[in-house]
Amino acid sequence: MIRLIKISLISIFLSVNAFAGSDGSLELSKKNLSTKDCFEGFNRASFALNQGLDKVIFKPVAVGYRALPSPVRAGTSNVLENLSNLITIPNNVLQGDLISAGINTTRLVVNSTIGILGIIDVADLLGFPEYVKEDYGQTLGKWGLGHGCYLVLPVLGPSTVRDTAGMFVNVMGGDPYYNISVNGNNEFLDGQLYATTKILSGIDFRAKNIEAIDNLEKNSVDFYASVKSLYLQDRERKISNSKDVIDTMNDGSWEEIDTN
Amino acid sequence: MKKFFSFFVAIVVLLSISNNAFSISPDVFIQSTVNRASQILSLDISKDEKISKLKIIAKETVDIKGVGFYSLGPVRKVLNDEQKSNYSKLFENYFLKSFSSRLAEYTNPEIEVKSKEVLNKNYTIVKSILIGTAERPEVKIDWRVYTKYPDNPLIRDLIIEGLSLARTQKEEFSSILNSNNGDINALFKTLEEFSKK
Repeated sequence: MIRLIKISLISIFLSVNAFAGSDGSLELSKKNLSTKDCFEGFNRASFALNQGLDKVIFKPVAVGYRALPSPVRAGTSNVLENLSNLITIPNNVLQGDLISAGINTTRLVVNSTIGILGIIDVADLLGFPEYVKEDYGQTLGKWGLGHGCYLVLPVLGPSTVRDTAGMFVNVMGGDPYYNISVNGNNEFLDGQLYATTKILSGIDFRAKNIEAIDNLEKNSVDFYASVKSLYLQDRERKISNSKDVIDTMNDGSWEEIDTN
Repeated sequence: MKKFFSFFVAIVVLLSISNNAFSISPDVFIQSTVNRASQILSLDISKDEKISKLKIIAKETVDIKGVGFYSLGPVRKVLNDEQKSNYSKLFENYFLKSFSSRLAEYTNPEIEVKSKEVLNKNYTIVKSILIGTAERPEVKIDWRVYTKYPDNPLIRDLIIEGLSLARTQKEEFSSILNSNNGDINALFKTLEEFSKK
């Protein structure tokens, strides 16, 4: 019943936003359209809240985390990345990339066993291809669903309607780690541990980007717009699964500018 | 006739030599630019001194005017000459401050040029990496180099891990214009205030 309610809520959310801010056309059915900021007022308020939380909680915790010995941080980061395979693998399959699904499954098995629960990235040492994370938002994008409107979630940060829907899929059965820890009946894993790993992922990300985020904030004339642009560019690049910057960053308007 | 032919060949050879004599390969240009910047960043001088030296390099190697007009988006087509000239001055001050203070945060960054990809006659993408340290991972940096005038290549964009700084700036400016009903003076004021900070 709860699952049905969740599905209904997402359907409504998606359908409402498909029309919000559009000129009578379905935003979500089109790719490569600029993402509309339909909820800019809410987003800017949410962004300000997140900045406040960052100054008071996230950044100080991230700075403290950075003080830990490097091997501890590397091990933590490896465990978290190894766990993310549980979401990446089903998405590799849903995107039809069975080769990556096979490689990532082997990576997960090798790192979880020989790599002691993922602390050591043995797969990397063995020369496996570079790990590329996938999620349900990316899969929806790969299937042709547009971003929908831009959305800044309180605490969780920048997203889009499509990516938020993708996050809901995790808690609707799409994340095996969530299923086992929250819904599973076992003595080793529980909801608290699941929440702890998610918080740790956030701290790990923040700790890796302290200088970059400070620098961006200091040198932006509209920090909100900068973060929005970088988030959307990053998602476009991930969905296109392209390492080739030329494909995604080529912008015709460069050709018009002749200054010499 | 033979003499004429020899003369003609000599002229062609001379012309081609003179044409290529000063052309600089974009990858060599980037490597030499980052080496210069890196040298400054590793000097034992104050941050302000580093910034002023970095500004000189930026003026020589970045097409600041081009980046400025790109960042304006479609609005650049409706500005009059006076507004364009005003904007170019404000943007240059903004850009030099923003760019140099971003770079000045790094101490002794090591950047290695890996390869280049010619997009067309006007643009080449030079691919490089910022070598990782214990504090930060390796970062991929691509440079969009404007090569229309091969003797004077200029940087037009930095693409860090696939994220374009010029595009980010363009979207930032667009946001400021949208929030102020497209009033260009609001953007001018923001740029002026940033430069005075």
